[in-house]
Amino acid sequence: MLLGRVIGSVWSTVKNPALEGQRLLIVEPVTPELQPSGRPLICTDATRAAGAGELVYCCRGREASFPFLPAEVPADYSVVAIIDELRVKR
Amino acid sequence: MLIARVIGEVVATHKHASHEGRKALLVQPLNLDGSNRGDALVALDSVDAGVGDRVLVSVEGFSAMTSVGRPMSPIDTAIIGIVDRVDLLPDALPAESH
Repeated sequence: MLLGRVIGSVWSTVKNPALEGQRLLIVEPVTPELQPSGRPLICTDATRAAGAGELVYCCRGREASFPFLPAEVPADYSVVAIIDELRVKR
Repeated sequence: MLIARVIGEVVATHKHASHEGRKALLVQPLNLDGSNRGDALVALDSVDAGVGDRVLVSVEGFSAMTSVGRPMSPIDTAIIGIVDRVDLLPDALPAESH
């Protein structure tokens, strides 16, 4: 899973019906030292609670839509956890 | 699959139910010469790995989620083995890495 920080959200009115009610978060990938690494991504939110500024991790690919089953949500990245603490020992 | 080093632990209270009861670890993918390769990832643990261990990591959804016993879950990365040893041909690495 990808480590990232929520830096914003996307609002969309005209969208695939399966995306109704889904929050769309902008997540910037970060290193374990919390430095930005790579381009921001738009993620659905399987925690339904992540907000701007929070450190999260995201699931990629087909598995990103599994939290919403049986709804078939067209998601390719989903926030699946809000991180309280990182204990890095490099 | 790739070889990685466990470099940390991830503490998360609010997470998808399928991640409950499984350790989430930070893993740094490695080149065969032991140097870092790309960015660190968060992986769920299926073998009771710990910080400092060199591990085998699956980065494909189906094998990752079945290895931690959570099918149809949002899991794309899992630690599926602890590496004891890697055997390589002597000429398999560039000279400067010996």
